Amino acid sequence: MNLPTPFRRREFLTSVSLAAVLLAGCKDSGGGGTGGTGAIKVGEFASLTGSEAAFGNSSHNGTVLAVEEINKAGGVLGRQIELITEDNQSKQGESVTIVKKFISRDEVAAVLGEVASGRSLEAAPVCQESKIPMVSPSSTNPKVTDTGDYIFRVCFIDPFQGGLLADFAKRTLKAKKVAILSDVSAPYSVGLAEFFQKAFVAGGGEIIIEQKYASKDKDFRAQLTAIKASGPDAIFVPGYYTEAGLIVAQARQLGITLPVFGGDGWEAPELIQIAGPALENTFYSTHYSPEADDPMVKAFVKAYQAKYDGQTPDAMAALGYDSALVLADAMKRAGSTDPAKVRDALAATKDFPCVTGKTTLDGRRNATKSAVIITVKDGKFKYLETIQP
Amino acid sequence: MTELLQQLLNGLSLGAIYALIALGYTMVYGVLRFINFAHSDVFMVGAYFGFYLAPRVGAGGIGGGLLVLLGAMAGCAVLGMVIEKLAYRPLRGRSTLTVLITAIGVSLLLQNVGQKVFGANPKAFPHIFPETQLHFGGLTISSNQIIVLVVTLLLLGGLHWVVNRTRMGTAMRALSFNATAASLVGINNDRVISFTFALGSALAGAGGILYAMNYPSIDPLMGTLPGLKAFVAAVLGGIGNLPGAALGGLLIGLVETLVSGTKASTFRDAIAFAILILILMFRPAGLLGKMRVEKV
Repeated sequence: MNLPTPFRRREFLTSVSLAAVLLAGCKDSGGGGTGGTGAIKVGEFASLTGSEAAFGNSSHNGTVLAVEEINKAGGVLGRQIELITEDNQSKQGESVTIVKKFISRDEVAAVLGEVASGRSLEAAPVCQESKIPMVSPSSTNPKVTDTGDYIFRVCFIDPFQGGLLADFAKRTLKAKKVAILSDVSAPYSVGLAEFFQKAFVAGGGEIIIEQKYASKDKDFRAQLTAIKASGPDAIFVPGYYTEAGLIVAQARQLGITLPVFGGDGWEAPELIQIAGPALENTFYSTHYSPEADDPMVKAFVKAYQAKYDGQTPDAMAALGYDSALVLADAMKRAGSTDPAKVRDALAATKDFPCVTGKTTLDGRRNATKSAVIITVKDGKFKYLETIQP
Repeated sequence: MTELLQQLLNGLSLGAIYALIALGYTMVYGVLRFINFAHSDVFMVGAYFGFYLAPRVGAGGIGGGLLVLLGAMAGCAVLGMVIEKLAYRPLRGRSTLTVLITAIGVSLLLQNVGQKVFGANPKAFPHIFPETQLHFGGLTISSNQIIVLVVTLLLLGGLHWVVNRTRMGTAMRALSFNATAASLVGINNDRVISFTFALGSALAGAGGILYAMNYPSIDPLMGTLPGLKAFVAAVLGGIGNLPGAALGGLLIGLVETLVSGTKASTFRDAIAFAILILILMFRPAGLLGKMRVEKV
């Protein structure tokens, strides 16, 4: 028998991760990987299998490509970077174990990861306690970097994304009344819904109905029927692609032809496989578009396609790539792999050229950068517009 | 009003799938007095049979779709017999608890082998039947939802016929009354039990295909939640009772959908299960179940 009850398991795991934090706190391991002249070890935890695997693999591929390019160009401080990757299977609780292993056994100089905010939030306290810098490529929930001064990210955060989506709904979709359908079990979705609502209401809009679901749900017809009856101008679905695809498909089945839009959690080729033609008139915001007219983007797309059988890199791949670049740059400027010095150098990152735009890390260790809106036309993702911060 | 009718329609089609899975639980229980917890994972394997079969038989039309459905049912029937032979038969005559724990083990085995063989990533399930939307006034129903209702009704009828009108069904009922006496009058118990598992697993296979058609994203852990709900449905209707399982499935589907459509949507499962507890407090044997005195 299998006991799914996600809530009970989540509580249990929260207590496990708390215990892990306490344990990590007891050990005064400080920072590892500082000495020696061998390779610089960097730990990467990622969702390579499980529900967010599409994101995790894209991000991982980008990171691997960046590390390869850095090593080919002579490495950092005359040393090569050794990337140690572990899969957390998109499961809660695994990341803590992995990051503890990175710090205590592998003695990594820094940690990279991960896509899903929920799991970055688990790992961040461990890194903070051990004072090892952690750079998240694409966790957009603000709480991730609030954990402490050793936690950074190279993507924009949900208040910014919520704000730009509110602006987009008002300006481009001309929506006055919006329905929200959010995933209560994902901090990413709850946060994005909240920030969108704040910005949209402040801009004179109205949230006409709020419906909820939990990750792994498959049937959304009940919520969608209620949404349809409330008569909105557009539907905001700030969840991940697995559910977003089913939601859009079921909405169209129920005869809802309204625009449906979401955040960067939508971006995965699987979205199109799941929802197919139902995706017409849907939009999402993300970090970059491979169609952008920038020499760095073009070089990145070319190198990525050469390495991964012609696959076009998505935003997660670009951010995975950028996270490694930003970290390597900080190590170079720090002139050492000492965690405290790398931390200071990371905090001082300013206008560093990245594939996803010029990156500046602000006082709260978040990146400020531009965003793009993507739409779906004839079963393909299509670039719509760029929004500056 | 339209909204309520639409929600009832949604609930009915969700409930029909629960009912289909519940039928498998209740049938094995009716004959063997044992809950086959691996049932929900046979359901998952059924969906994957469909996933791999569909491109090979060129599904998309009615004929191809039926072929996929029947193929998955046959595949699951074989899987059910293999599981029974390897895992449960050696434990024949042991305490129910031993068999129950083995069933949990088989369930975990199928889930983890599934993650290894099929991959842990969710996969998009192909369209195996032609799909259209039907509109009645303000109501919308997809052809897939109708297929689910029709197939569930047909299978319920077929099952009722097998159990009550055939020699094998008579043997199954005899076995459930008294296994020793049944073998004394010349019934081959092993064959009957094997058949029961084949039938139950074929239902799970059909359930897997129908579920994946309506929610076309499948993964090796997809059986867990619908399996649990279906088990609850079987208990609610009176476990061991075929029409009871169907009724229980429809009820759970309806309650879930009606709760989901309100502000309390996050309490969906809590409310559905609270209703279950209430019903079982007043009717411990389930809605259609008969109280039976345990013989010592």
